[in-house]
Amino acid sequence: MLSLLIIGLPVAAVLVTLGLGWRPSTPWVGVVADAIVLTIGFAAALHDVGHRAHSTVGGNLRIDSLSAFMVIVIGIVSLLASWGSVRYLRHEVESQHCTSRHAVQYAALMQSFVATMLLAVLAANIGILWVAVEATTITTTFLVGHRRTRGALEASWKYIVLCSLGIALAFLGTVLVYLAAVHAGGHSIHALDWTWLTTHAHALNPAIMRLAIGLLVLGYGTKVGLVPMHSWLPDAHSQSPAPVSALMSGVLLSVAFYALLRFKVIAVLCLGETYPRVLFVTLAIMSLALSSLLLLSQRDLKRALAYSSTEHMGLLALGAAAGGPLAISGVLLHILGHGLAKGVLFLSSGEIALADGTSDVNEAGGLLARRPALGGAVAVGLAALLGFPPFSLFLSELTMMRGEVANHMAWAVGLSLVALAIAFAGIATIGRRLLLAGPRGQATGLRTPWSAMAPLVLGLSLCALIGTLTWPLVPLLHAAAKLVTS
Amino acid sequence: MTDHGVIASLLALTSGVVLLGAALALWRRVARGIVNALRVQGLALGATAALLGLQLHNPLLIVTAALLVTVKGYVIPKLFARLIHLDPSSSETEPVINVPASLVASVFLTMVAFVATRPIVDSARSFPVSLVPFGFAAVLIGCFVLVARRKAVSQMVGLLLVDNGIGLVALLLTTGVPMLIELGGTLDVLLVVVVLRVLVTRMHAELGVLDLDALQELHD
Repeated sequence: MLSLLIIGLPVAAVLVTLGLGWRPSTPWVGVVADAIVLTIGFAAALHDVGHRAHSTVGGNLRIDSLSAFMVIVIGIVSLLASWGSVRYLRHEVESQHCTSRHAVQYAALMQSFVATMLLAVLAANIGILWVAVEATTITTTFLVGHRRTRGALEASWKYIVLCSLGIALAFLGTVLVYLAAVHAGGHSIHALDWTWLTTHAHALNPAIMRLAIGLLVLGYGTKVGLVPMHSWLPDAHSQSPAPVSALMSGVLLSVAFYALLRFKVIAVLCLGETYPRVLFVTLAIMSLALSSLLLLSQRDLKRALAYSSTEHMGLLALGAAAGGPLAISGVLLHILGHGLAKGVLFLSSGEIALADGTSDVNEAGGLLARRPALGGAVAVGLAALLGFPPFSLFLSELTMMRGEVANHMAWAVGLSLVALAIAFAGIATIGRRLLLAGPRGQATGLRTPWSAMAPLVLGLSLCALIGTLTWPLVPLLHAAAKLVTS
Repeated sequence: MTDHGVIASLLALTSGVVLLGAALALWRRVARGIVNALRVQGLALGATAALLGLQLHNPLLIVTAALLVTVKGYVIPKLFARLIHLDPSSSETEPVINVPASLVASVFLTMVAFVATRPIVDSARSFPVSLVPFGFAAVLIGCFVLVARRKAVSQMVGLLLVDNGIGLVALLLTTGVPMLIELGGTLDVLLVVVVLRVLVTRMHAELGVLDLDALQELHD
């Protein structure tokens, strides 16, 4: 019942939003729904740690520690994003950039997007997972194009064509897994269950599974934004409204990565450690190399943040390639920390765009002097993203590296460090231009309203809190990591 | 020839038409012709499902066939018709890769498909499975269309060619995925087409043409 309730909340929010029409209070509906999702996610996590999975709806939905953890991640970041949407929508309607009908559409699509992501992590079988991930593409396309500029149009076209193609390949992979499962004695939809597949993985035909896993990694990897299927990502993230970018970068990528984590367990059980590791490492190396080098030449804040997402996904892929409980705990913690830090930074970029009308770091320069509060939030957010303590990304990067060493991938640590150093140079340059340099002679010390700062402060405090006090999360992380290590 | 022998030959024919439809979409330049190639392919896919249903006495497959014929043979081409009407110039006058070269590439891709599906064909050794390479070839040609054609209509067709190819593979390998997934998948594809159509309409309002080369703002 719990999983149905979790998905039901954002669906209910969609209906209420459509029923209410446009009022100043309409965007708050989503905020309330996401806050409740987060609370239930915590409750489920407390309840589920160490227990077996609960399934509902004819065994098509289920919740275990890993799903509960992902519900928490989705809950936190979508709470921040819908909170940020309140100001964005008010501003768009007041400045007549969008009609009230489009504002309602936006609010409804945001919650549908959240619902499809929750469905993806609560799906008990890989068929429903596929339908849900495809549905995230459909709901987000209009959100990417919400600003109705030429660039937004181009970005949404590229987004839907590339992601549909990727997800079509994942469907082909799913069909092949089904074939292998039927040969191994499975029948009907239950042959696609995560549980059935993991328990029968050794009986699946390895030749078919090799092809299937390759297609699945390529397909879901498109949605994760791993190079070479990443080219939709910088465009979509830079053209979307800021709260949408926050949600896409903060959780959509990780939801697709969650699928990869689950498939990897089946691959390891069926094909041994080497094949999935080679796949993950190849994608990780390409992603890390390309994104960190491209980060060096970015002038647009949102584009830079997008490339940084590809880089972090590369780090996650490297951690997942290593496998083992330690590395996977690090991967999961990194998903949460990255979601928070990236969410906050994208929301700040939205505030900068509201105030200065641009996200070009040279035009919006001198932010720290002009708007100390907002500039401060960006500075702290960038520090978190770069992996400074006390933020949780420091801890998770360290944990992933320890896990890599423990699993005989010490070279991966060297690789991560080189990529992190190059990315550091890129992001530090962006930060310096945006925060310190910039046009002189403009008004300084401008206030940023509390309504804008609240979600930013919340996100950053949580990120720091998790980095210093991880113990409440440790049992959950261990239980979740145990599910995806064979 | 037994009854099953006839069905088997017809299956080989319809699967072949699925591949032929993909090649046809590469060969035609007129937008209407490209969409017709897609329709032929969709109908062949529906016919494959129906034949498999007859062979295996599986009524669910007949339902799938009806669904496929309605959606791919009627609804989707109908959605395209309005778009072509919107911009008569969405024919491929200057494809990125010209037609003869594209056809040579499609032959090459078909050979790749036969090689890549070896493990699947060998693992089963049953008749419908030996037709799987046709589906894979259609998928690869669809991907090629996405790369080689820059008109919005052609790109949408490319995506659907991929989808039909995968549909054929699914039918031949597993006599269709479970019904719930089949329905979810069909609905998703239909929604993707609808979304793309809205984007194309917006593109027409913004640019006056349905050409992706007119959209080249975003790059590094």
